Amino acid sequence: MSRVRENYENGAWMRFVRFIDGETKEGESEKEKDGQQEDMEKNLRLAKAAGEREAVHADLYHRKRERSLSDLSHMMDQYETWSKTRGMQLFGKIYRIIAFGICMLVIAVLLITVANMPEFGSPDTPANSGEVPGRYIEKGQEETGAVNIVTGMILDYRAFDTLGESHVLFIAACTVLILVRIDHRKDGSLVHKELAAEEDDRKLEPKNDKILQKSAFILVPVIILFGIYVILNGHISPGGGFSGGAIIGAGLILYLNAFGFKKTERFFTYRTFSAVSLFALLFYSVAKCYSFFCGANHLESGIPLGNAGDIISSGLILPLNICVGCVVACTMYSFYAIFRKGGI
Amino acid sequence: MSFFKIILLLFLIVCALATSRSKNLLTSVVIYMSYSLVMCIIWILLESPDLAITEAAVGAGVTSILFFVTLKKIHEIKEMGAPEEENNKGEELKG
Repeated sequence: MSRVRENYENGAWMRFVRFIDGETKEGESEKEKDGQQEDMEKNLRLAKAAGEREAVHADLYHRKRERSLSDLSHMMDQYETWSKTRGMQLFGKIYRIIAFGICMLVIAVLLITVANMPEFGSPDTPANSGEVPGRYIEKGQEETGAVNIVTGMILDYRAFDTLGESHVLFIAACTVLILVRIDHRKDGSLVHKELAAEEDDRKLEPKNDKILQKSAFILVPVIILFGIYVILNGHISPGGGFSGGAIIGAGLILYLNAFGFKKTERFFTYRTFSAVSLFALLFYSVAKCYSFFCGANHLESGIPLGNAGDIISSGLILPLNICVGCVVACTMYSFYAIFRKGGI
Repeated sequence: MSFFKIILLLFLIVCALATSRSKNLLTSVVIYMSYSLVMCIIWILLESPDLAITEAAVGAGVTSILFFVTLKKIHEIKEMGAPEEENNKGEELKG
């Protein structure tokens, strides 16, 4: 049997735990005020928990507009006690040092890159000497099979940039979801409050507006069809994945405004959003990352370029356009849905 | 530069100034929508229809709608014919 350690509360481990918890109650009069200290710690923890809860539901407070000045000062006091504890101070210092270091590193990398670039506007660079644009204009249609040179550039020569743009959109949707999302499941009592807040939010909007519904009934199919047309003809006529996706997203938003969430949730839920985005981005990545690793000289994809001007032509550009369009349409719609009700 | 283009560009400048100077946020968003529409016409005149389509869909459509939703969330858009809330809000602002 190991002997029971005395003075367990002041051992190195417990002090470390308290340090991690951000409490600085180790002091000279600790043994005398043991009971008091426990109470104080309990109070502090309760206060911290309450503070966290308040922070989570701060938006509720905004909506209710019942927050008076005394509440505000109370919150400020809690905030100050929380930030003045030593662990948080140390954490803040380390955080600032690391943030400063990362900032400087990124700045240095960017400056070095800029310093290695050719001088802006100088006639010798490939972009200005006519080499690159000349090749795009002269050989674009022959190499990519796309009549629309812009799409040929975006989705063939510079497809990797477009891959990054699609991912930026997807990440933006994820970030908005993280920031604005309302959690429905964890606390049963919360659901009613959220529902009440939602009802309050929808108070100003007309429900079952006949004019809006009739016009949406006529317009939405046309808008969505036009979006599909723009996507499918991206390599022939002006437009492409991004424009067509944005048009489809706008049509979905109009439909949602006219008929409400119940109708749209029949075909667009969170699962739809994640599945469509995942498959579109995965297909795009798999289809185009090889040209990044092969140094922009693509391997042969095996898909014939076809006759310029046909819809099924120009190899990979059409499926890539469809992928980009899917991602953009889902993102636009989910932005709106998240803003409206805090979830897709 | 044709007369039409000059008018459009002047309209752009006026729209941009009005967007930043107007006191009502809802008005700002509506003026911003018209800015996007004029920008869309200018893109067509500059022979880039790709950008025109995107500008019309994103700039005039989706962005403005997101702005509207945000304004409603922060209680900037008020119900018509609800003078009591406005009075309350005025008192809050004063206090």
